[in-house]
Amino acid sequence: MTDDVIRAVLAEHGRLAVDVAALDPDADLYQVGLTSHASVNVMLALEDSFDFEFPEQMLRKRTFESIAAIRAVVDGLTRAEVD
Amino acid sequence: MGIVATSFRDELLAAGLLVPLGADGLYGRAAAFEDVVDALARLIVSLGAADGAARIRFPPIEPRSVFDRTDYLRSFPDLTGAVVTFRGDDAGHARLLAAADTGDDWTELLEPADAMLCPAVCHPLYPTLTGTLPAGGATYDLQGWCFRHEPSVDPARMQAFRQHEIVYVGDAAGARAHRDRWVERGTELLADLGLDVEAVVANDPFFGRVGRMLATNQRDQELKIELVVTVASADQPTAVVSSNCHEDHFGAAFGINTAEGDVAHSACVGFGLERVTLALLRRHGLDVERWPSTVRDRLWP
Repeated sequence: MTDDVIRAVLAEHGRLAVDVAALDPDADLYQVGLTSHASVNVMLALEDSFDFEFPEQMLRKRTFESIAAIRAVVDGLTRAEVD
Repeated sequence: MGIVATSFRDELLAAGLLVPLGADGLYGRAAAFEDVVDALARLIVSLGAADGAARIRFPPIEPRSVFDRTDYLRSFPDLTGAVVTFRGDDAGHARLLAAADTGDDWTELLEPADAMLCPAVCHPLYPTLTGTLPAGGATYDLQGWCFRHEPSVDPARMQAFRQHEIVYVGDAAGARAHRDRWVERGTELLADLGLDVEAVVANDPFFGRVGRMLATNQRDQELKIELVVTVASADQPTAVVSSNCHEDHFGAAFGINTAEGDVAHSACVGFGLERVTLALLRRHGLDVERWPSTVRDRLWP
């Protein structure tokens, strides 16, 4: 479910050079065409989709480097909100 | 910084090199100041000619449609300058004058003129390149006035200033090579002029939360290299040249493709003509006639 949302956000905002649906969760998104500006749009769309705000220290390239990396951060943040 | 910057500004004003216009960051330039700016521009033109740079000059105003496509509003909303004008009738004119007479804010009665003050001299170039570039890309020599709304007492932080840019548009490797080549050339030129230059990885002053992420990315990828020297404060050196990779930001926004059919990348080196001039005045003194002959010979061969 979380993965599906992340993939949908990447498909709409990531401007990637590959098919997001077929992308390995550990694939480096910057290697497949994610730019700085696109990563910002991905960041904003993830915040909208999951209804949270990334803390400032997470507003960096590494947070968005792969579907698995995004997933780990999203899981951490959504869990934190439940706690 | 503030006190030191103020004292350097006071010295420049007392020497008559800058003429105060009544607002921080807006100055007239005296002949001695302009002579240095002109000499620097000639040197940059000749360096750019080595790259076959085509020389173009644009006005300091760009159509709003161009500004919109640069996405500048996302990154620097606080620096923008929009042109507004009066579009009303006689009755509206009367209200405008009444507001002005009573000291009210008459600018509220103005409307957008669909034009923006250029914050960077390369903006108007990109829409002229929509389509396919020649093989190997293309290089341009641009110079003009920029506006950024950041009033300051630091004479190096002007609201209206001139950039001289050499811009490359082509493939990713060419853009990176252009950027790196101009870091070297810029460093050499400034060293020839007697300045102690350091090349540092930098970031633009992107606005807000989104901006912090853009700034971090820009630093991580080392997209922006600034040449910094002492101008107002030795503790906080001032960037006088900036050499930047834009990746495909402008290529994608303006539909520019390489001969191979890829979205074009771009890179630019921007010389802050006033800032380099100020750095020279700081280094060699306010009397340009008495600058070292090596420096004068390089500027006026």
